[in-house]
Amino acid sequence: MVGKVAQCVYSPIYRLDALRQVYAGRVVLDIDRLEVRPGEILALVGPSGAGKSTLLRLLNFLEAPAGGTITFLGQTIADGRAPLPLRRQVTTVFQRPVLQQATVRDNIGYGLRLRGQPTDGVVEQMIARVGLTALACQPARGLSGGEIQRVALARALVIRPTVLLLDEPTANLDPYNVGLIEEIIRSHNAEHGTTIVLVTHNVFQARRLAHRAGLLLAGRLVELADAETFFTAPADPRTAAFVRGDMIY
Amino acid sequence: MNEIFAGLIEAVRLIAGGDSELFEIIALSLRVSGIALLISTASGAPIGVALGLTRTRAHGLITALLYTGMGLPPVVVGLFVYLMLSRSGPLGWLGWLFTPNAMIVAQTIIAWPLVTGLTMTAVRAVDPALRVQVRALGATMLQELWAVVCEARIGVVAAIVAAFGGIISEVGAVMLVGGNIAGKTRVLTTAIVLNTRQGEFTLAIALGIILLALTFAANVVLLRLQGNR
Ligand SMILES: Nc1ncnc2c1ncn2[C@@H]1O[C@H](COP(=O)(O)OP(=O)(O)O)[C@@H](O)[C@H]1O
Ligand SMILES: [Mg+2]
Repeated sequence: MVGKVAQCVYSPIYRLDALRQVYAGRVVLDIDRLEVRPGEILALVGPSGAGKSTLLRLLNFLEAPAGGTITFLGQTIADGRAPLPLRRQVTTVFQRPVLQQATVRDNIGYGLRLRGQPTDGVVEQMIARVGLTALACQPARGLSGGEIQRVALARALVIRPTVLLLDEPTANLDPYNVGLIEEIIRSHNAEHGTTIVLVTHNVFQARRLAHRAGLLLAGRLVELADAETFFTAPADPRTAAFVRGDMIY
Repeated sequence: MNEIFAGLIEAVRLIAGGDSELFEIIALSLRVSGIALLISTASGAPIGVALGLTRTRAHGLITALLYTGMGLPPVVVGLFVYLMLSRSGPLGWLGWLFTPNAMIVAQTIIAWPLVTGLTMTAVRAVDPALRVQVRALGATMLQELWAVVCEARIGVVAAIVAAFGGIISEVGAVMLVGGNIAGKTRVLTTAIVLNTRQGEFTLAIALGIILLALTFAANVVLLRLQGNR
């Protein structure tokens, strides 16, 4: 009895069971078991093509898995079709976000308007938070890469998601934007307890942000551990090689 | 040369003085083309959006048909409508031949493929990643489709403006099915033809200036929209 209670100190945000994805007959993702804990920043690292983006699309219920289930906030979903109220508790900042032909302000308020929630005040606050106040009335299409990524982050954070999925959120950005975005991610997680799953091939970024980290290789979860262990004393030699930066891929 | 110059001055005087015959012609032109545009837009734009959003196996065929429709010679459309509406034609009982209604029908047939085809193209041109993006932000299926349409809005307006430019300056169809009857079916283009033939250059030039101004305005709108992309 006591042992059972100890296993249930928290109920996970996500629980993946035998989750598989297949594209054109090829298995690109095959995760036996994975739990995402409430309020954590979980970093999943892995080389390009490891299945990181695929995993995030599944976690955002944007496509149906070939097999297995995702249990999200206690509800088990097998076909990738989460009911709207559930689906609206998770959002993704993609590696290459698509902005709409509208001002920065209107782009950032989009998720709130979809939900029929008021945008005044919160949107302005969020614009200031990502340092875009001076550009608020500008059309989004003229923005630089770093600015686009900050609009995408603000647009996601302003809806106060339970879970935020980040797909290489700072790839190809300059150090100033990388620093700013990482700081916003960290502080938002600390202030609001937002659960964050970050996928990246950048080990350094994962190390700077993550509470727990995992290695994804050819669609499989090789190792998952708390950040300290993962980066300093990984159990799997492949993790050690990837963390050292001398994995050949 | 002198005659043209005199005609130009007289034309400006006619326009400025609010010549009633001139304004009757302008009003009818705008009415006929305006209604034709309204009908084409109300029925063509939604179909264009639907075609742009769906991927059917018949896509190639539909596109080919629409593009052919966009290039229909107005005079051929006029001939077709004439035959349909003539007393012995299948729609002869309507009694529309040589009335503004016949002109509206012809111009609707000319404008419809333009509105539909260009709208379809505009919707298809929207980044497919937008749909996934807005879905990830919590959009329902309807909100997702609406986001695509909003993104294509400039192209849709451009389609409508292009269709207007096409029919307001078209002469072959309205001449055939309207008959260019004074005070009844005489529009800008047919009036220019008639007055030029009769050597009435003053009125012809005045009408030409108005037509030019209208098509110029349409093109300015079009270019500004495209510049804004
Ligand atoms: N729509 C698709 N169709 C076919 N193969 C795909 C598709 N999307 C991704 N893949 C393949 O799946 C594998 C995993 O891709 P992805 O999840 O994007 O990896 P990562 O984000 O880790 O770079 C890659 O080999 C990729 O080529
Ligand atoms: Mg990826």
